[in-house]
Amino acid sequence: MIRVERRLTQPRWLSVAVPLGSVAVSFLVIAAVLAATGHGPIHTYRRLFDAAFSGSAAWTATLISATPLLFTGLAAAVAFRMKLWNIGGEGQLYLGALTAAGIAIWLGPGVPTAVTVLAMCVCGYLGGALWALIPGVLRAFARTNEILTSLMLNYVAGLLLTYLIFDSASPWRDVSTVQARSFPQAIALKQSQFWSTITASGVVVPLGFLLALGVGAALYGLFRSTRFGFEMDVIGDSPRAARYAGMHTRRKILAVMAISGGVAGLGGASQIGDFAHVLDASPQGLQGSNFGYTGIVVAALGRYNPFAVCLVGLLLGGLQNAGLYLQGADFPSGLVGVMQGIILFCALGGELLIRYRVRLGRRAAVVESAPAAESP
Amino acid sequence: VIAAVNDSLAVGVLTQAVVYGTPILFAALGELLAERSGVLNLGVEGMMLVGAVMGFWAVQRAPGPSALVLVLAVATAAFAGLVMSFIHAFLVVTLRASQIVSGLALTIFGGVVGLSSYLGNDLGLADVPARYQLGELNVFGLKSVPVLGPIVFDQSAVVYASWAVVAAVSFYLARTRTGLNVRAVGESPAAADAMGINVTVYRYAHVLAGGALAGIGGACFSLAITPGWTQGVTGGAGWIAIALVIFSFWRPELCLVGAYLFGGLSGGLPSALQAHGYTVTPEFLNALPYLMTIVVLVLVSTGLARRRLGAPAALGVPYVREER
Repeated sequence: MIRVERRLTQPRWLSVAVPLGSVAVSFLVIAAVLAATGHGPIHTYRRLFDAAFSGSAAWTATLISATPLLFTGLAAAVAFRMKLWNIGGEGQLYLGALTAAGIAIWLGPGVPTAVTVLAMCVCGYLGGALWALIPGVLRAFARTNEILTSLMLNYVAGLLLTYLIFDSASPWRDVSTVQARSFPQAIALKQSQFWSTITASGVVVPLGFLLALGVGAALYGLFRSTRFGFEMDVIGDSPRAARYAGMHTRRKILAVMAISGGVAGLGGASQIGDFAHVLDASPQGLQGSNFGYTGIVVAALGRYNPFAVCLVGLLLGGLQNAGLYLQGADFPSGLVGVMQGIILFCALGGELLIRYRVRLGRRAAVVESAPAAESP
Repeated sequence: VIAAVNDSLAVGVLTQAVVYGTPILFAALGELLAERSGVLNLGVEGMMLVGAVMGFWAVQRAPGPSALVLVLAVATAAFAGLVMSFIHAFLVVTLRASQIVSGLALTIFGGVVGLSSYLGNDLGLADVPARYQLGELNVFGLKSVPVLGPIVFDQSAVVYASWAVVAAVSFYLARTRTGLNVRAVGESPAAADAMGINVTVYRYAHVLAGGALAGIGGACFSLAITPGWTQGVTGGAGWIAIALVIFSFWRPELCLVGAYLFGGLSGGLPSALQAHGYTVTPEFLNALPYLMTIVVLVLVSTGLARRRLGAPAALGVPYVREER
């Protein structure tokens, strides 16, 4: 007989061992899926690993894929930690990209790079934060379900991007040449506005990646050793207890939404400054990459711990990069999403083992006449 | 004169509202069943997308006369949605995982860059013309009756099926013993358990039924509206369905009204305006259903409905017998 009972204390090693075990199980499940669809599992894993983490070129590409996931993962983790379900990271990232590109275009190429980078970061953060404050305010003052409102705003943000580039004469749009007027596109950043990179033993480390690690460290400090972080945990675990203790739940909701959206917005700024250098509103651009949704997977797998989120972001970035690299007839698009989903399902199932103790053995109420012949 | 009335913009919008409201209605009724048993399933969008792609696959590959193929396709879509929802049911009912995170995981797993896109590309279904589609039926030959003709009597079979499902769900929840038991499970699983109702079985059954209906909702897109399969064909209809359940205060009859309201905004108005040659900024029209959903949610969550009228009391809470 299997019995499941709640653990009174959660041993620390379990919170590391269970996620690792879950990932191992998910790899077995994925191997079964791959075998069932006619792909050799070991061969596919080997190719994935080589494309993601073998050699400096692979690492460079992995960091490019991982950087936005670190931002969106941290953004989701901040909000989810307080059980504030901001799934609008996608749209907040668009808005961050939009405002960051806007300020870079407005400043022009004549400004020192450091100033441009700083201005893009500030504006990207503000853009994402303000967009996140829409569901935040509605949640805080009208108690509107933030899951649905933040998600709906993702679609609206995407349409806003499309409108500004394809259907209006906005300041973002390039109208300098005949070609640009007939095939709408955004004004591209100039070389002097590109964010700088650091090259370490052949691996090109983008500035955005370092910025994301910095944000992760700051959030770790916020959660671990500030009153703000403590109050977040209390509100998340028991809103009623928080209210009795006199915590300002509304203010906290607004602040957390602003931080969450701001971090996603920084991801958008980094996307423009580090990699794309142009606001791509086409379906293959920002809107096709699903950074925001993958960020939710990253946050959930990292169990909302900023350090773990950064690590998971790097791993899933590798997977994403390898998926892009291998994409073709024998590696259809969508397979990476399927793999991410399976990993997340296994991790969610594994949570049971952290919170509960599973016992094999006798039932709690033993029939008295039965002999005490129990297995050890 | 009749032709002029039936070709007018208002009739056009209302006709399209029914067409585009139907997938939302199916998905919302499914979600309503799951939520009435106390399980929130945010995976509707993912289940719809997988239903859409599998339904279209069946239509392209199944042998036989067209009517049989279409029935088979709808059944395949329902089964695909059911299988997807089983993952959610297992995670949240048996393994007691967070319903919110598990539902999000289901949508990401099935979603635009997940399983539905994998299946669509692997089975070679992208941008292929449909072999058969669910066409308008012209019931009793009343198609040309003014106003009501095109709106009520010239729709596809799924529309009429959805009305039957509304009636069935409504009757089931209000008038049958099992229906009353479902509501007990959603309001107070501990009390239901004490009455001898098997909470686990009820929750599994209704999450699975919800998945099947979401799958059929997805099939409405790939078999009737589009018809065909493209990446992300549902365009957020699953999320609107979840909002619709809140908007309808968890009552199937109100779902019907709400679905056509959202259907009118999400597809009806844009396509009718286009057909009549009006030029409105497309992005604005496309953003309208999402913005309206937000407005409706705000209205529902404030004022009269402050106390979440009709929400099952145990919604989102896992039931653990040992901890009641």
